[in-house]
Amino acid sequence: MHPAPSVIVFTTLSGLGFGLLFFLGLGLPDVSGWVAFVFFAMGFGLAVGGLLASTFHLGHPERAIKAFSQWRSSWLSREGVAAVAALLVMGLYAALLIFLDVKLAPLGWIGAVLCLATVYATSMIYAQLSTVPRWKTALTPALLLSISLAGGALLAGQLALAKILLPIAAVIQVIWWVRGDTALKQSGTDMASATGLGNIGSVRAFEPPHTGTNYLLRELVFEVGRKHAVKLRAIALVLGFVLPVLLILIPFAHALALVAIVLHLMGIAASRWLFFAEAEHVVGLYYGKR
Amino acid sequence: MTFNQPKIETSPKVSDEVRKTTCYMCACRCGINVHLKGGKVAYIEGNRDHPVNRGVLCAKGSAGIMQVNAPSRLRAPLKRVGPRGSGEFEEISWDEALQIATDWLEPIRKDNPEKLAFFTGRDQSQSFTSFWAQNFGTPNYAAHGGFCSVNMAAAGIYTMGGAFWEFGQPDWDHTKLFMLFGVAEDHDSNPIKMGIGKIKARGARVIGVNPIRTGYNAVADDWVGITPGTDGLFILSLVHELMKAGRIDLDYLARFTNAPVLVNGDEKSPEYGLFLRDAVGKPLVIDRKTGKLTAFDKPGVRPDLRATHRAAGVTHRPILHLMAERYLDKKYAPEAVAERCGIRPEKIRSIAAELARVAFDEAFELDHEWTDFRGEKHTRMVGRPVSFHAMRGVSAHSNGFQTCRALHVLQILLGSVEVPGGFRFKPPYPKPVSAHPKPHVGVNPSAPLNGPHLGFVEGPDDLALKEDGTPARIDKAFTWENPMSAHGLMHMVISNAHAGDPYKIDTLFMYMANMSWNSSMNTKGVMEMLTDTDDNGEYVIPRIIYSDAYSSEMVAYADLILPDTTYLERHDCISLLDRPICEADGAADAIRWPVIEPDRDVRGFQTVLVQLANRMKLPGFTNEDGSAKYHDYADYMVNHERRPGVGPLAGWRIGEKGLNHGRGAPNPSQLESYIANGGFCVKHIPDGANYYKPWNVAYQDWAVEIGLYDTPQPYVFELYVETMRKFQLAAEGHGDRQPPDNLRERIKATMDPLPIWYAPFEDGNVDPVEFPIHALTQRPMAMYHSWGTQNAWLRQIHGRNPLYVPTRIWEANGFQEDDWAKVTSAHGEITVPVAHMAALNENTIWTWNAIGKRKGAWALGEDASEATRGFLLNHLIHELQPPKGDGLRWSNSDPITGQAAWFDLRVKIEKTAAPTESLPSFDPIASPVGQGPEQLTWKVGK
Amino acid sequence: MTQLPATTQRKLGLVIDLDTCVGCHACVVSCKGWNTENYGAPLSDQNAYDGAASGTFLNRVHSYEVQPLATSEMPHPAAQLIHFPKSCLHCEDAPCVTVCPTGASYKRVEDGIVLVNESDCIGCGLCAWACPYGARELDAAEGVMKKCTLCVDRIYNENLPEVDRVPACVRTCPAGARHFGDFADPESHVSKLSAERGGMDLMPEQGTKPVNKYLPPRPKDQMDRAGEVDVLAPFLEPVVEEPRGFLGWLDKALERI
Repeated sequence: MHPAPSVIVFTTLSGLGFGLLFFLGLGLPDVSGWVAFVFFAMGFGLAVGGLLASTFHLGHPERAIKAFSQWRSSWLSREGVAAVAALLVMGLYAALLIFLDVKLAPLGWIGAVLCLATVYATSMIYAQLSTVPRWKTALTPALLLSISLAGGALLAGQLALAKILLPIAAVIQVIWWVRGDTALKQSGTDMASATGLGNIGSVRAFEPPHTGTNYLLRELVFEVGRKHAVKLRAIALVLGFVLPVLLILIPFAHALALVAIVLHLMGIAASRWLFFAEAEHVVGLYYGKR
Repeated sequence: MTFNQPKIETSPKVSDEVRKTTCYMCACRCGINVHLKGGKVAYIEGNRDHPVNRGVLCAKGSAGIMQVNAPSRLRAPLKRVGPRGSGEFEEISWDEALQIATDWLEPIRKDNPEKLAFFTGRDQSQSFTSFWAQNFGTPNYAAHGGFCSVNMAAAGIYTMGGAFWEFGQPDWDHTKLFMLFGVAEDHDSNPIKMGIGKIKARGARVIGVNPIRTGYNAVADDWVGITPGTDGLFILSLVHELMKAGRIDLDYLARFTNAPVLVNGDEKSPEYGLFLRDAVGKPLVIDRKTGKLTAFDKPGVRPDLRATHRAAGVTHRPILHLMAERYLDKKYAPEAVAERCGIRPEKIRSIAAELARVAFDEAFELDHEWTDFRGEKHTRMVGRPVSFHAMRGVSAHSNGFQTCRALHVLQILLGSVEVPGGFRFKPPYPKPVSAHPKPHVGVNPSAPLNGPHLGFVEGPDDLALKEDGTPARIDKAFTWENPMSAHGLMHMVISNAHAGDPYKIDTLFMYMANMSWNSSMNTKGVMEMLTDTDDNGEYVIPRIIYSDAYSSEMVAYADLILPDTTYLERHDCISLLDRPICEADGAADAIRWPVIEPDRDVRGFQTVLVQLANRMKLPGFTNEDGSAKYHDYADYMVNHERRPGVGPLAGWRIGEKGLNHGRGAPNPSQLESYIANGGFCVKHIPDGANYYKPWNVAYQDWAVEIGLYDTPQPYVFELYVETMRKFQLAAEGHGDRQPPDNLRERIKATMDPLPIWYAPFEDGNVDPVEFPIHALTQRPMAMYHSWGTQNAWLRQIHGRNPLYVPTRIWEANGFQEDDWAKVTSAHGEITVPVAHMAALNENTIWTWNAIGKRKGAWALGEDASEATRGFLLNHLIHELQPPKGDGLRWSNSDPITGQAAWFDLRVKIEKTAAPTESLPSFDPIASPVGQGPEQLTWKVGK
Repeated sequence: MTQLPATTQRKLGLVIDLDTCVGCHACVVSCKGWNTENYGAPLSDQNAYDGAASGTFLNRVHSYEVQPLATSEMPHPAAQLIHFPKSCLHCEDAPCVTVCPTGASYKRVEDGIVLVNESDCIGCGLCAWACPYGARELDAAEGVMKKCTLCVDRIYNENLPEVDRVPACVRTCPAGARHFGDFADPESHVSKLSAERGGMDLMPEQGTKPVNKYLPPRPKDQMDRAGEVDVLAPFLEPVVEEPRGFLGWLDKALERI
């Protein structure tokens, strides 16, 4: 899949944002006034910024409102609904907290659940796709949720939780990669099933239907070199999980936490780039690109 | 939940109007329905009523809308202002353009008409352009047949009075085995696809013979991945097997071919090898009933295939004896030819057996009574359901003529020509050599040529030689170098004119032929010849006039450009006098008419020729009072009469009993009738006349009635071509007209009157060890020559062309995907991208033809993939063979017809580092039309 | 709306005959022409006259080379080339429909055609992600998803003669390799053709239940089977070995005529 900057920014930032909001909704940290304002502003900034970035991916962003209509069947629609609900609830919760100094804890809990639901819905947009075997697994929501929570904990200053959540997310990430590397093969979809010609012999793509490129090749068929991918995985693991954990193991210092967060974001961005770039859409088989 | 689907309009208005005309996206001439909205072309589809395509339409045809709107369309007459080849022009008025042309042409006509060379490329109006050239008086006229498929056409005419494509077609409704040779995907393309579809639907068998398994060969049930240039040998091996098994149609051979004709066996006679003839010149056979020598066509005669005639101590034998002697020789046995052809002997034998099985064991009969030319009545028609088709693949070799002959002889031996289930002619064919004109070269100042330029020679006396024995034509057609060059040799014109051999010319006038690019061998050399100057700084070819609708590579090399219209903006006639669109069951012709008006200052080329003729007052175009006969091409189409009652269009003429198809006086509203009928006219052949046409009295009478001939022309098929023997006799020293000594041995060897196979000349001139690989091109079904590239839709399908390499060569060179290779021939070198193909003859590489483009042409940007990754094989091919030490440069063509031997090419290949673009690469030419837009969102309706 | 109908009244679709398709791209361009002028936004082209052009097409023809395995019966099987047209298969369980967040993608209840209502399409591309066949292309100029409509504006079009009420690709196919009809009717031409010739689904494991069926190529190169020459040998029994013998045979053969 094409690693479009808009979707990488979207999933990375909004995942982190909703992770932060989740903890804020639970009252972790238990903040109020200006401090709360800063925390919520960060959470909203990341979540909304990410959502806005995602609209750059759209052909007709001005019609985006229509995307709330199909929540019965569409995970993308559900994500939109959940995101708006989460933002509204958390917005109300935050406004009460910041401006009126009223803490409606149950409202925060509801908001927190909605934040997680949003991340889950986002992950299901990918995990539902049989066409991308690397994504089609319960590990995908686990991955996105665990990263969102780990990042959220880090950003929320819940370092004790972060020390646990970051390694959990790292382990899921590694398992996700390992599984993903054989997912296409395991899926049973190959040149033979794509063409139905497998019972004649081994099938190889000959002439493509067009000598130039097209939407499908640009959007769905992205090839990343094996060496390049290994290097990026190492970077994602080290920056996204290992270094942040090491940094927060050092006695608490705001500066270091900031560094940990920045490194974590960079690592997750790399992980997300790979999430798309390494994902093999089965349509590539028709082009002989697998 | 409820499904409240959006309501959509399922009956939108398709168009304001449908205009029916003839396609010109390639040479097939299908009928099209042009849907118009607000006067603009909205959609093009096939015409269901049309005899050629019955409603279907290929990719090119459907992309016509992108052609009539192509940014590459020339917009106004152009006068060259920069040096030749630069592409720098200024736009001028038509008046000025016609005046310039007249000022150049008129003095030539008054002084020496042969100083004009007029060659018309992919012209579909050859009966008109040749008429113009004839009235101008130059002998130097031809179209592109010489570099295309003249071997196929000439071998067909000389052997059986017609070949494939326009000449005939398989009996798709009855055939049970269809065998296809060579590249055929661009010629007669929709009819062949429709035919294959019909066969496939019935589950009948298709055998494809082609080094490359694409297209039709890909759907063939059996594929014969033959080594290029060996088709003739393979066919003669099939003949060997069939004769050895006695699986030939003796009755058919005796009645309808010259197999029983007696051949002079007196080795000392100047007529050795010619036919025994009676007092009036009729070939003689022995009548089985009387045992006596009899004219072959005498009513009631039963020609004897077996009996010989002994006189004066010499035995004269029938042709079938000579064939048995030759083809039963073990050198044609499958085992003997297998390695050379790249086909296992068992497979050759299996194919021969399958041909025999289907032709004879699956024979069937149609209950049609018919009477043959000897007056014998037949109660039934015997069907031999084996059919063949071949095209350029077997044709474009230096042994192509003999190979095509061999294929026709195979068809005839099986008794499968003009019989149900076999191969059927399309009117005006069958037509024997004797019914065709002979070449004419009688030049006189200010006078028409003494007859048609092109034709069919019947011996040395018909050659186009001047009194001093030098060639009369600039292309050296109909000379000892290529005596039977029925279509001329357009590919030799530029190099001969540049060399001043046989003479210098003043003006080169060309139409629709991309000679400075994909239509020439030795492309770079041609560019140099076109721009070369003499000691005085004058161009060696002094003046070049070119007409084209589009900004092709050739435009840059002309001095004066006469911009043509696109096919939807013009009048044309697809005439029975020319290359018509008939089907086996009927005669048909068609028109084009301006379904839209040009939005540019352009004129149909044929109308421009009429206007030039009027300015010069050429005889055939001028009334006795000096006034013009025709004011444009449409006027000519309606009012010209080639013979009394016979004009360019056969439909809706004024006959004795009112309007009829065939003979009749010109009808002023003829074009309206054509338009009302969908742009074409069909006249069906009556039942009982539609098979056995060369011998069927009913067909012959019908053909006379509608004006195909003026008298019945029955004839027998020529397994043995006496004309060729006459050239051999001359080479042996007989007769007054003698070939130059250096050609004697070649004429003796190649002009064999019975089909032979010899290795392609390049095999002998180029070291096969150094250059072990055959290199071919094929034309993709979605592109026509260079035209497809200017078409925004088609160029997405074939925007570049890899060189396809078979597994053996791929592995030997360690090629990987995206690699590049240097390919070298005796003549040149190219560096190009390669791709792997397993379904390919193991000694052959190939690519798609004419995809590579020169930067600046066709209104493309300089980064166009056609220019950066596309390439031509033409750079590897020379119009002359490499020197072989005899001080002569022999032409790279068939020695009989002069057909360009494109597919003789031998190369070597090696892996190389990827260059930035395909090599050779040439400087961009300035585009006279600018560059096309970045994005298209095409919709003419609301 | 994005949910799939439980059943459709008809199941309109195509049979594509891989044994007959010669790979001419006629269907590709005819489709491009009709659908540029008709349903929804025109199919645009970028880099139309430069670089490598890239436009929106709803139907494209791939080609595959298939190398059969060697067997004792066919020790050296030749590679085969198969042309492979591909457009929307109008799946019964169309994943492209259910993922759509706006309801722009839908499957029609009356005939099962999968369509995009362009005025509701936000161009998110998720439906193209969900389609295993590459049947959907986002138009770069218009920003909406384009796909095969099965020429819904032809097949019911009262402005067209009845014989022409078929998809443009079917009408134009020169080899007759494309067939249009109702698969819900077991007696229809397409149902019968598919049954007779073993019509197959593409990527059946994806669970999309495609309506369009592909007819597999018939067995090729049967003349290369060991023993084939023996089967055919009786049709080629030699009557002579030498040219002279031929004349003796000719005598006898002519007597029979």
